[in-house]
Amino acid sequence: MSAHTTANQRTGWGFSVGTVSLLVGAVSLAVLLIAANATDPMMAAHAWIFFFLTVSGLLITGFWAGSLQKRDPFDPAFYEDTIVKFGVAAAMFWGIAGFLVGLIIALQLTFPNLLYFPDFGWTNFGRLRPLHTSAVIFAFGGNVLIATSFYVVQRTCRTRLAGGLWPWFVFWGYNLFIVIAGTGYLLGVTQSKEYAEPEWYADLWLTIVWVVYLLVFLGTLWKRKEPHIYVANWFYLSFIVTIAMLHIVNNLAIPVSLTGSKSYQLFAGVQDALTQWWYGHNAVGFFLTTGFLAIMYYFIPKRVNRPVYSYRLSIVHFWSLIFIYIWAGPHHLHYTALPQWAQTLGMVFSVMLWMPSWGGMINGVMTLSGAWDKLRTDPVVRMMIVALAFYGMSTFEGPLMSVRAVNSLSHYTEWGIAHVHSGSMGWVGFISFGALYCLVPWLWKRPALYSKSLVEWHFWLATLGILFYIVAMYVAGIMEGFMWRAYNEFGFLEYSFIETVKAKHIMYMVRAGGGLLYLTGALLMAYNLIRTAMGHGEARSTATDETSTPNPALQPAE
Amino acid sequence: MAFMKRHETLERHSLLLTIGILVVVAIGGLVEIAPLFYLDNTIEKVQGMRPYTPLELKGRNIYMREGCYVCHSQMVRPLRDEVERYGHYSLAAESMYDHPFQWGSKRTGPDLARVGGKYSDEWHVDHLTEPKSVVPDSVMPPYAFLKKKKLRFDDIEDHLKTLRMAGVPYTDDMIANAKADLVAQASPGADYDAEDALVARYEAASGRQGSVKVSDFDRNPGEPTEMDALIAYLQMTGTLVDFSTYEADDLNNRR
Repeated sequence: MSAHTTANQRTGWGFSVGTVSLLVGAVSLAVLLIAANATDPMMAAHAWIFFFLTVSGLLITGFWAGSLQKRDPFDPAFYEDTIVKFGVAAAMFWGIAGFLVGLIIALQLTFPNLLYFPDFGWTNFGRLRPLHTSAVIFAFGGNVLIATSFYVVQRTCRTRLAGGLWPWFVFWGYNLFIVIAGTGYLLGVTQSKEYAEPEWYADLWLTIVWVVYLLVFLGTLWKRKEPHIYVANWFYLSFIVTIAMLHIVNNLAIPVSLTGSKSYQLFAGVQDALTQWWYGHNAVGFFLTTGFLAIMYYFIPKRVNRPVYSYRLSIVHFWSLIFIYIWAGPHHLHYTALPQWAQTLGMVFSVMLWMPSWGGMINGVMTLSGAWDKLRTDPVVRMMIVALAFYGMSTFEGPLMSVRAVNSLSHYTEWGIAHVHSGSMGWVGFISFGALYCLVPWLWKRPALYSKSLVEWHFWLATLGILFYIVAMYVAGIMEGFMWRAYNEFGFLEYSFIETVKAKHIMYMVRAGGGLLYLTGALLMAYNLIRTAMGHGEARSTATDETSTPNPALQPAE
Repeated sequence: MAFMKRHETLERHSLLLTIGILVVVAIGGLVEIAPLFYLDNTIEKVQGMRPYTPLELKGRNIYMREGCYVCHSQMVRPLRDEVERYGHYSLAAESMYDHPFQWGSKRTGPDLARVGGKYSDEWHVDHLTEPKSVVPDSVMPPYAFLKKKKLRFDDIEDHLKTLRMAGVPYTDDMIANAKADLVAQASPGADYDAEDALVARYEAASGRQGSVKVSDFDRNPGEPTEMDALIAYLQMTGTLVDFSTYEADDLNNRR
């Protein structure tokens, strides 16, 4: 490397540290002002949390920059992998926290006598349920996506992440958003829009973080040393771009005061409802689907050492998937006061969505062509393929449920809960676990995982857990759906509402048991990954395992 | 393969790819959502809708804060069993002042779109304090703490002004008297003039007699509590529209 480019990189380094500090400093001043003038205690609490965390960030950045001396922290000859390590750790932490809260709220519905506390409103189901959904979707899923996208875009572009310190701003800024969102639910700060509960100031902060995320990602693509943009990056890009669009439109709100936590949505009633489910369904489509398909497109080929099954299929299913997904939102509003033309459009596109979804599944599963034995020998591969099986199942079930006649039975019932959990625990969870099991040995340069048999245990506990969970909820959902519409011989409704609640008690117990198994599996994973990072057990041996590590130097993808 | 050759352009230019993605994902939302803002028959023509009174609005905010929407829908579908169980199916007009909407997506508990007037205030106090005291098999959490929490409403005018910016027809009169209206609705008999003024203001907006309920909702005279506000809200949900004048078969009301 010439002295000239080194000097340039040095300037780039100082520049990114300076600009990040400037932005974070400006934000901490602004929140200090808000903290001093807060009109409600929730806003005061949040402003102080914001203030202390941003100031700590600035101090740590200062100490870190001071300790560098002559070393270039963003040396372009190396990948930025430390941030991926942080992302992996955060994903594991939030995943376990989210599964735990899920188990707690499942137990609350099963044993309300034991787990409700009349004087502690913040422990009630209504406040903990958003904590669970946000923790698993945005905290666990989001950190998996940030970590893997930063890993994959560097490898497939054969270049270091762009932006110097800015990727770190994305990581910490995103996790600050998670902390604000999570504490907000407990304090009672919510917009009450499902999966978009955080209030206006958290939304603004996330918008800044997200735009920087997009720029870091694009900046890395711009300096790629490969002529083509690899397919995984199309999926990551569509995830980042579309989530930005959805987030901004669905969170249009007017704050009551700039120093208060409460805001009112700009849209009302039917328009607000469709905007919300346009957002809500595509949080599934673009956060939980295209982002994780990107993981599939990198980690499965890498792990089994085979090329992606069909390049043409990946083009066709990518564009059709992202085009059709956006239309599917109205199927959440069948038989509501939404005009029927919109419901029908939503239903038709939802049924069409089946095909591109299965296109992705086929492309992922068939990548194993010639390496099917790995299903037997490598539990990590098995996990990712079972993830695709669940993906296929729930993307078949989704179109089915979006048919109006089916929806009239399934909507509002536990069937919906079963559906989302087969998708989230099966597809999103398993593909994420697979990616984490791949990443930890790669990042910490270990020849293998600490224990393969623990992965087997994780796989079977989690699979069993999902089956208990979804079967229980299918039974409960279909049963209550039929009970709600049952008539007796005199033409009156057969059951009162509370009888349908009582009838679900056993299924609620089975569901909680399934959740416990799933959580146990995740705890085994965390233990296994920590021991792997520390280089214990099988991770210590020096023999190289062909599946364990891609070459550490700048290498293109397959 | 010609199309694959052309696709190569996108694979080589990240900005083109980004713009392509943005265009493709924007279409569905534009076609489905934008017309709802200008198609006249999206919201039915009804009589009786009015903005929430200050007390009801505070109650609605508590309903959202506690996450009631997580287990209770507010959307009766036009299906025989639902109409018989809950009442007339919900109209789009009934949530036209709802920022945000509260239709919900799950019924762990029953639908609440028409819970207003179905039970007495006392029943609601008992039920919210300890749900099992009136519904022994209930899995609902207790909300006893609402009785102890005094309602904070020092900035209630700002709430009404914000909603007016978003399109809710609050009058200057309503905003100027917001605090007095809030107190009057929870304190029957305390100040007859204030009570009459509140009822007159909101009945005028509604065009219907009897659409404002004044009561000591939490059965605890004195300063309004969060329990007062929440019950005031629950007791008015789904009661505003005059269904005796609503013509479901009118072409404009068909969906």
